[in-house]
Amino acid sequence: MFIIETNQLTKFYGKAKGIENVSLQVQEGEIFGFIGPNGAGKSTTIRTLMGLIFPTSGEAKIFGKDIISNGPQLRQEIGYLPSEVFYYDKMKVKDLLHYTAGFYKKDTKKRMNELVEIMELDTSRRIEDLSYGNKKKVGIVQGLLHSPKLIVLDEPTSGLDPLMQQKFFDIIKEEHRNGATVFFSSHILSEVQELCNRVAIIKDGSIIKTEDIKTLREDNYKKIFIKGKDLKLDQFNLQGLTRLILENNELRGFYKGDINQLTQLISQLNLKDVIIEQPTLEEIFMHYYK
Amino acid sequence: MFNIFKYEFKGQLKSMSLWSISNVLLIVMFFALYPNFGEDAALMEKIMENYPEEMLKAFGMSTALPLSSVLGYLVFCFAFLQLMFAIQASQYGFGILSVEEREFTADYLMSKPVSRGKILFAKVSSAIISLFITLVISSIGLIVSIKVFNNGNPYEMKPILILLSSAFFFELTFLTIGLTVSVILRRIRNVLSFSLGLAFGTYIMNAVRAILDGKLLGYLTPFYHFDPAYILVHSAYDGKVVLISFGMIIIGSITTVLLYLKRDIYAL
Repeated sequence: MFIIETNQLTKFYGKAKGIENVSLQVQEGEIFGFIGPNGAGKSTTIRTLMGLIFPTSGEAKIFGKDIISNGPQLRQEIGYLPSEVFYYDKMKVKDLLHYTAGFYKKDTKKRMNELVEIMELDTSRRIEDLSYGNKKKVGIVQGLLHSPKLIVLDEPTSGLDPLMQQKFFDIIKEEHRNGATVFFSSHILSEVQELCNRVAIIKDGSIIKTEDIKTLREDNYKKIFIKGKDLKLDQFNLQGLTRLILENNELRGFYKGDINQLTQLISQLNLKDVIIEQPTLEEIFMHYYK
Repeated sequence: MFNIFKYEFKGQLKSMSLWSISNVLLIVMFFALYPNFGEDAALMEKIMENYPEEMLKAFGMSTALPLSSVLGYLVFCFAFLQLMFAIQASQYGFGILSVEEREFTADYLMSKPVSRGKILFAKVSSAIISLFITLVISSIGLIVSIKVFNNGNPYEMKPILILLSSAFFFELTFLTIGLTVSVILRRIRNVLSFSLGLAFGTYIMNAVRAILDGKLLGYLTPFYHFDPAYILVHSAYDGKVVLISFGMIIIGSITTVLLYLKRDIYAL
């Protein structure tokens, strides 16, 4: 049994395509990354899984049960954190957390208090007085207080400072160790690489690849920038260098292969500057999948 | 489900109290003036004769119940009370479902283990109970005011109670219209303008109906379906036209349930 299984899931907003024929399989115990640029259909997929929107065609199952006919029952064991969080402004944080706890059958008190402590959340404040980052913390606590078996995260780190981000990742890793499956959408490759075992890449509403994160890492492209004197293209005759553009003695391009060979080549040149960095996800798309 | 109801009801307490207080104040103010009208019936009739007939019609004055009588005066006042009820019920109707999407809290609520049907039930029952409590308080205010300010003029209690009971269905009609519109439209940005529009729109429609003596326009407005003059004169609802409101409630409720259960909730 898959924890999440979608079959040809399709959603059109009127004539506008949200997603088309998305088929995914997430196994128990995985941290499954779902990456793609903004507007690719990540949120549409997740909102369909959460029962916020309804598919135009296709079907989806969670814990082996249909999401539409069993939605409320399935959500007993799902924790959801969207990228933008909104709660009832007039409520105090603790009221919201108790309100949330009231939806679940289990006793959530202990875990709630633990999470509040880890996230350093002041529960006596009103939601409307909270900063965006603090609202996000409320989101994390309310989404996880029932120790869900499936955690669905839709670009969860926006608005969290690096320290909180790390704490959040630690919580997710801990939940994962305790048996939770995680479905994690993001457009930031590095955070997906830190957490996930497997990723699906979505573009223009369709899944273009599902891969092991290890493969993705090994296939890792580097983006290079070299500035020097009298650079000539034929100096860069190394396998793995692609899409080289030389302009005004500035070379831009991508490299895939043994990094030592590249540094060896570079060390022989007379340089002013060199940058070797991770390409953005969009750049990976351009070079990987075109 | 009960926790949603509790939250909703708590949120409505303030609006409910404000409506109750203002309704009672309105009633007391109106009836405190009644002794001036009821003092000299003959004089009152004369004054009324000087007003254009259209104007009297527009205010629902009927020849069967002169303004100097307690019930005649009640016809005149009750239209304003109905207007208050209509605004309150429309506000709940347009507001209770749309607020979650306007403030983007629907994401939170609907990702919890609770069905859309239960959310709808909790919200609507909270609104109905709030309307009912407001109505009961307003009714007590009305009955006490009549007892205090009747100026010794005779009146029957039964038609008054029937009129007050009609107000509940009158409110349900506006509540349902509001709910139906709110699930048909993608988003309601300003609940107040929608509620005032619906309440005053149907009120004016009924006034125009009365002036023109045309029934057709009346079929469209609950103010005509629950005409206070008719109910007080006949001690009964206007059997045929009241069915239009009941029909609106049934069709509106079915539409609301069907659309809400399948409604797409959009993100920011």
